[in-house]
Amino acid sequence: MLGRLTYDSLPFYSIIAFGGAAITVGAGLAVIGLITWFRLWGWLWKNYLTTLDHKRIGIMYIVVALVMLVRGFIDALMMRGQQMASASGHGFLEGDHFQQVFSAHGTIMIFFMATPFMAGLVNFVLPLQLGARDVAFPFMNALSFWLTAGAAGLVLISLVIGVFSTAGWVGYPPYSGVERNPGVGVDYWVWALFISGFATTMTGINFVVTILKHRAPGMAYMRMPIFVWTVLCSSLIILIAFPALTVAVALLGLDRLFLTHFFTADHGGNLMNFTNLFWMWGHPEVYLLVLPAFGVFSEVVATFSGKKIYGYSAMVKATVIIMFVSMLVWLHHFFTMGASATVNAVFGIATMIIGVPTGLKIFNWMFTMYRGRVRFHVSMYWTLGFMVLFVIGGATGVMHAIVPVDYNTHNTAFLVAHFHNMLVPGVLFGYVAGYMYWFPKAFGFTLNQKWGIRAFWGWAIGFTLAFMPLYALGLMGLPRRTANIYDPSFLPLLIVAFIGALCVLFGIVALLVQLYVSVRDRAQNRDLTGDPWDGRSLEWSIPSPPPAFNFARIPIVDQLDAFAEAKRAGRKLQYEPAGPVDLPVPTIVPMVMGVSAFLLGFAAIWYMWWLFVLSFLVMLGAMIGRSFVDHNEFRVPQREVEAGLRTAAGRAGGVQ
Amino acid sequence: MTGATTGAKPGATLRGAELRAAVAENPMAGLGTATSHRVHSERALGFWVYLMSDAIIFAVLFSNYGVLTFGVADGPTAHELFSLSRAAQETALLLLSSLTFGLVSYSALSGQKGRAMFWLIVTMVLGAGFLALELSEFREMFARGAGPQASGFLSGFFALVGTHGLHVAVGMIMMAVMGVQFVVKGLTEPVLSRLYRVGLFWHFLDLVWIGIFSFVYLPGVLS
Ligand SMILES: [Cu+2]
Repeated sequence: MLGRLTYDSLPFYSIIAFGGAAITVGAGLAVIGLITWFRLWGWLWKNYLTTLDHKRIGIMYIVVALVMLVRGFIDALMMRGQQMASASGHGFLEGDHFQQVFSAHGTIMIFFMATPFMAGLVNFVLPLQLGARDVAFPFMNALSFWLTAGAAGLVLISLVIGVFSTAGWVGYPPYSGVERNPGVGVDYWVWALFISGFATTMTGINFVVTILKHRAPGMAYMRMPIFVWTVLCSSLIILIAFPALTVAVALLGLDRLFLTHFFTADHGGNLMNFTNLFWMWGHPEVYLLVLPAFGVFSEVVATFSGKKIYGYSAMVKATVIIMFVSMLVWLHHFFTMGASATVNAVFGIATMIIGVPTGLKIFNWMFTMYRGRVRFHVSMYWTLGFMVLFVIGGATGVMHAIVPVDYNTHNTAFLVAHFHNMLVPGVLFGYVAGYMYWFPKAFGFTLNQKWGIRAFWGWAIGFTLAFMPLYALGLMGLPRRTANIYDPSFLPLLIVAFIGALCVLFGIVALLVQLYVSVRDRAQNRDLTGDPWDGRSLEWSIPSPPPAFNFARIPIVDQLDAFAEAKRAGRKLQYEPAGPVDLPVPTIVPMVMGVSAFLLGFAAIWYMWWLFVLSFLVMLGAMIGRSFVDHNEFRVPQREVEAGLRTAAGRAGGVQ
Repeated sequence: MTGATTGAKPGATLRGAELRAAVAENPMAGLGTATSHRVHSERALGFWVYLMSDAIIFAVLFSNYGVLTFGVADGPTAHELFSLSRAAQETALLLLSSLTFGLVSYSALSGQKGRAMFWLIVTMVLGAGFLALELSEFREMFARGAGPQASGFLSGFFALVGTHGLHVAVGMIMMAVMGVQFVVKGLTEPVLSRLYRVGLFWHFLDLVWIGIFSFVYLPGVLS
C-alpha cells in the first residue's frame, strides 16, 4: 500500500533534518491557518485557484518563486556556515546531509525559483506589451503553472518524507545511478525535473504562439519591445533545449527503476551521454533565463533614461545570435571529458564568441543612458548593479573558455563563483528589477523605494562579499561541493563569504519588509494614472491594475514605443472600436491535474503503483474530458467593456 | 494579422463573398465564426510548435541510440535480433494508415460523416496491427533475454522504438476520442480542428518511423 515508505522515512534521525521538516510543515500549516482565519478561501478559489487570467497566473508563479527563493537561500546559508565552521574545526552537517543541501539549493534555484520567476514576469507582462487580451492558450497556461507548482511541491516534501538527491543539481551518473544511490533522493530529483520540464515546454509553446499571433494591429516584429524579443528567443530555446533534459532524466529514471544501461558504467552504457544531454539543455537554460532579464534591463533603462533604447535592431540581432550560439557551447562544461583538442577548441571559441553580442548589449544600455535624463528609480539600481557585476562574471567566463585554464579551475570554487556571478546579477537582479518595475501595474500601488534600495545594497554587497572570496579560494585549490574543509588557511576567506551570505539575508528580509510596508501604506502610493514611470510600451496605457480583459479597445501600433511617441506628440493612441470581449471560463481542472502530477511523482518515487495508476488515470481523464469542451469562454458585454473604458478615462485622466 | 478585432467582426458568421474567399483558403470556413477560425488556426500553429519540440525528443533518442549501438557488451547483436520482414510489414501498416487518415480528413472536410467514420476505423485497425507486430517483436526479444536490461545497445533500442510505440498508442486513444466526437458532436468546426491536429500527429509518427526503419532496422540487419 505504501510501497517503500516506512516510519524510517520520517526525519527523526537528525535534529537539523527534523528542524527543516518542522519549518516546512509549520509554514504550510501557518499559511492554511491564516487563509482560514481571514476567511480567504472563497476569494482564493475564485480569483486564483481556478483562474485562467494570465495576470493572476503570473502573480502565482512569482509567489512560488519567492517562496522557493527563501527555501533555496536557507540551503545556501547552511552551506556557507558549514564550510566556515568545518574550516575552524566544528562542522555541523554530515557529509550526506551537506550533499542534499547543495543538491537542493541548485535544483531549487534553477528550476523552482528562476524558471517560475521568469514564467511569472512574462505571463504578466507579455500580453500587456503586445496589446493582447490573454496568452494564446489560457488553459494550458494554467496547467503549466500547476504542474510547476506540483513539481515544486515534490522538492519541498522531500524535506519531510524521505531525503533529497545527494548527486548535485546536475545528477551525474554513475553516482546518481541506483547502485550507488539506491534511496528515494535521486528519484525526487528525477520526477521534479521531469514534471517541471513538461510544464516549461508547454509554457514555451504558449509564449511563441502568443507572440506570433496576438500582437496588436500594426505591431510588426521590429516594433515589438525588446522584452518581447527576448521572450521569443528564450521560448524558442525552451522548445529546442528542454527535450534533451526530458530525455536525460527519463532515461536516468529508467536506469534506476528497470536497471537498463543507458548511463551505467558497464554493460555498454555511456556515462558521458548523460553529461552531454544534460548540458545540451543546461547551457541554453542559462541563456533562456538571462535573456528575459536582459529584456527587463532594456525596458528599465529606456524608461528611466526617457529615451528610446539605443541600437534597437542591434539589440534584436544580438538576442537572436545569443539564442543560436547558446546551443553550440555546451561542451565547455566538461572540457576535461577527454575530447580531442580540436573539439575542445571549437567549443572554447564558440564560448568566447557568445560574449560578443552580450557585450554589445552592455554598451547599448550605456549609450541609452548617455545624455538621457536618468531617474534613479530602484529598478535602475538593480540594473546598474547588474552591469558592473555581470561584466566581472563575463570575464571569468571567457577565462573558462580557454581550455587549459579550464583544466585548472574545473570543479573548483572558482567555477562556483563564476556561475553565481552570471546568475545572481544577470538573472535574479533582472527579475527583481522587473518585479519592482511592474508591481504597480499588477496591484495599483508602487513599492516602497527606500526598502527596495536597502534590499539592493544587501544583495549587491552581499553578493560581492560572498563570491569574490570564492574566486580566490578556487584558485587556492578549494574543490566545489566540499563538506569538510580541513585547511585553516581557507578560513579567513570563508568567513568573509559567510558575512556576504548574511548581507544577502538582509537583502531578502528587506525585500519582504518592502512588500509589507508597501501593502501597509498602499493608500499613499496608489498609482491612479496607470503610468507611474512615464513608460514607453503598451502596458502603461491601461489602468493599474488592468481590467480582466486588459484592453477595452485594442490599440493600433504605428511604430516602436508607439505609446511613448504618442505621449510626446501630445496625441492619443489610435484604437480599434470597442466591442464585446470573450474571456475564458475559470476552471479547477488545471489545479486538479497539478495535484495529480504531484501524486503521480510521489507514487513513482515511493513505488506506490496503485496511486501512480490512479493519478495517471485522473490526468488522462481530465485531458480527454477537456477535449470535449468546444466553448469555454464567457462574453463580457460591450456595455461593461465601455463602462471600464469610462472609469479608466475618468481615473487616469484620459490615458485610454 | 491579429485576429479578434481585425477583419470580420468577432463572433460574426461569414456570408457571401467574404465566406467564399475564406472557404478558398480554408475548407472549414463554412463552419464557425471569424473568432473561432482565429482560435483554431492558433491551435494548429501551437500544435506544429509542439511537434517541433517532440521531433527534437526523437532526434535526441536517435543520437542516443547512435551512441549506444556500440554498447552491445556481451548481449545479442542487432543482426541476430532484427527481422527485416517484420519491420517491413510494420512499415507497410503504418504508411497505409497515414493514407487512410488522409481519407478520414478528406471525407470529414467534405461533410461525409459515415465515410470519415469508416476510414477512421480502418486507420485504427492498421494502427492496432502495427502495435501488435511491435509487441510481438518485443515479446520475442524478451523471451530471448534481449530486453532493455541486456545491454546499452538494447536500452537505446527500446527507448527509441518504445517511445515511438507509445506515441502510436496515444494516437490510437486520440482517434478513439475523435470517433466518439464524430458520433456525439458531428462534424462541427471544433471537431474538424481537433481532427486536423490528430492528423498532424499521426503523419508525424509516420515520418519518425521511416527514420527508425532506415537508421535502426536496415543497418541492424545489414551489419
Ligand atoms: Cu555553459
